[in-house]
Amino acid sequence: MSRMYLFLKYSAIALWSIFVVTPFLWALTTSFKTANGVTGGPTYLPWLQYEPSLTGWKSLFGGGGGIDIVKPYIDSLIVTGSASLISIVLGSLAAYGLSRFTYKAGFVKNPDLIFFFISQRIMPPIVLAIPFFLMLKWLDLLDSRIGLILVYVALLLPIAVWIMVDFFNNIPRQIDEMAMLDGCTPFQAFVRVILPNSLPGIIVAGMFCLIFGWNDFFFAFTLTFTDTQLLPVAVVALNSSVTPWWSLSASALISIAPLLLVAFVVERFLSHGTLAGAIR
Amino acid sequence: MGETGLRRYKLAFLLPGLLTLLAIILFPLLFTIRVSASGWDAITPELNWVGGKNYAALWADVRFWQSLARLGGMAVGTVLIQYVLGFALALLVWHDVKARRFFRLLFLIPMMTTPVIMSVIWRTILHESLGPANDLLYLVGLGPYPWLTSGGWAVVSVMIVEIWQWTPFMFLLLLAGLISLPREPFLAAAIDGAGPIRTFLNVTFPLMATVSIGAIMIRLIEASKLMETVYVLTSGGPGTASETSGYYIYIKGLRDFDIGYAASLSITYLVIMIVLLTIIGKVLHRALVGGRS
Repeated sequence: MSRMYLFLKYSAIALWSIFVVTPFLWALTTSFKTANGVTGGPTYLPWLQYEPSLTGWKSLFGGGGGIDIVKPYIDSLIVTGSASLISIVLGSLAAYGLSRFTYKAGFVKNPDLIFFFISQRIMPPIVLAIPFFLMLKWLDLLDSRIGLILVYVALLLPIAVWIMVDFFNNIPRQIDEMAMLDGCTPFQAFVRVILPNSLPGIIVAGMFCLIFGWNDFFFAFTLTFTDTQLLPVAVVALNSSVTPWWSLSASALISIAPLLLVAFVVERFLSHGTLAGAIR
Repeated sequence: MGETGLRRYKLAFLLPGLLTLLAIILFPLLFTIRVSASGWDAITPELNWVGGKNYAALWADVRFWQSLARLGGMAVGTVLIQYVLGFALALLVWHDVKARRFFRLLFLIPMMTTPVIMSVIWRTILHESLGPANDLLYLVGLGPYPWLTSGGWAVVSVMIVEIWQWTPFMFLLLLAGLISLPREPFLAAAIDGAGPIRTFLNVTFPLMATVSIGAIMIRLIEASKLMETVYVLTSGGPGTASETSGYYIYIKGLRDFDIGYAASLSITYLVIMIVLLTIIGKVLHRALVGGRS
């Protein structure tokens, strides 16, 4: 490798890295500012350019000017966690069935069923928003965590099926056949033999469910108001012309923090080649 | 085990998921189709029958067709840029790089963060006088640019944020593909004395064709729903300069409560997206994989 080539390579990596971290660094420095540090034009360095303060971070717990972040945090955890769990359970079952058995109902066969599951991702949220609103209102589930969990299952189930079908396809059929020869029912074979062997797939699918559930804004925004409020909605509510940028930045940083753990897990699976089987 | 016993198990695996999805999706979809033939609005909130009136009206709705064309341009534009950047980044940290695990992790992070929350941060970054974007560009003698206050720039800003957010997803899919490639073709190319560029054109790129199509299609599908970034960053403005179809339907339906009309817009939007995405998928497949497979 020539020096020139290496120089270009690492410059490109450095440039993109800077682009990636800039918003985070900006949010971090802004979160320690007060009005003086914001309205005088952009400042970057604490102590040198502005006097750092904890106002923004304190406002997360009910201090003036911000939002109380604790309740939305708990709501977000419950809704995203439950919806992901339900999607993984229902999704693995359906994916295993689609991977091992042949279904036929009229002209509908396995590939059509798989396509039906995955194709739900095409649906623009706005198409579903109005009927979801009316449906939840009719079920008296508007502004509730259960209502949102139902909606999120519809969003996440396709992801779980999509990833898990390919995973199960990569597990040799002989394994379940052996288990069934030993006297297991198909269901026992699935739980005792297949599931332990597909743990990486389940984790990858779970991570993607968490990402897309935690990051949804639109449904939380249109289907909940006061009793239930998820993090993205709570943070965006601060986004007005008189926004205290320091509270905004602090709440943004604390909202995205849990997903950084997910990034660690996804990178592990990516580098060990586990993802390759899951996403094609 | 008898045939009927197996049949029971077959259905027990598939049905819980299938029925749940059908119950949650099918009712809303059918209901939307029905509502689209009604005059439901804020004054008469009822499911009456107006036939194809809404569809006739949307035919002449310039604002809708403009938003659709704008969405198409933005989606195709950002996804192409994401593909080129994502592929380049995946190649950069594929092998022969120091601290590659660290850079892989770093490059993945934006897709893990909540789009609307990051858009709120981007809004402060792109603020004309108080944000760092213009301040830093001034240091290298550029700007100031009206990021969010001029029509063309508002579209560019939305695209920058989308590229920041979703290039990592493209990167993830393509790197996973690269990691799973067989080694033999590369050894053969090395024995033939092929340089990096020739290896890429003759070996890597063709081997990555299927993965590329998959990644592009997944991103196009997600990009065709673009509206949250627009909502937070520009609210479709200035005027309607950065309005996408989803956002316009949102305004019509959930802000003006012109629900019948919004339903007809969303059905039209959905049908057009399905048709376009199917055509693009077929064309891409033919172009990259050719007659094979």
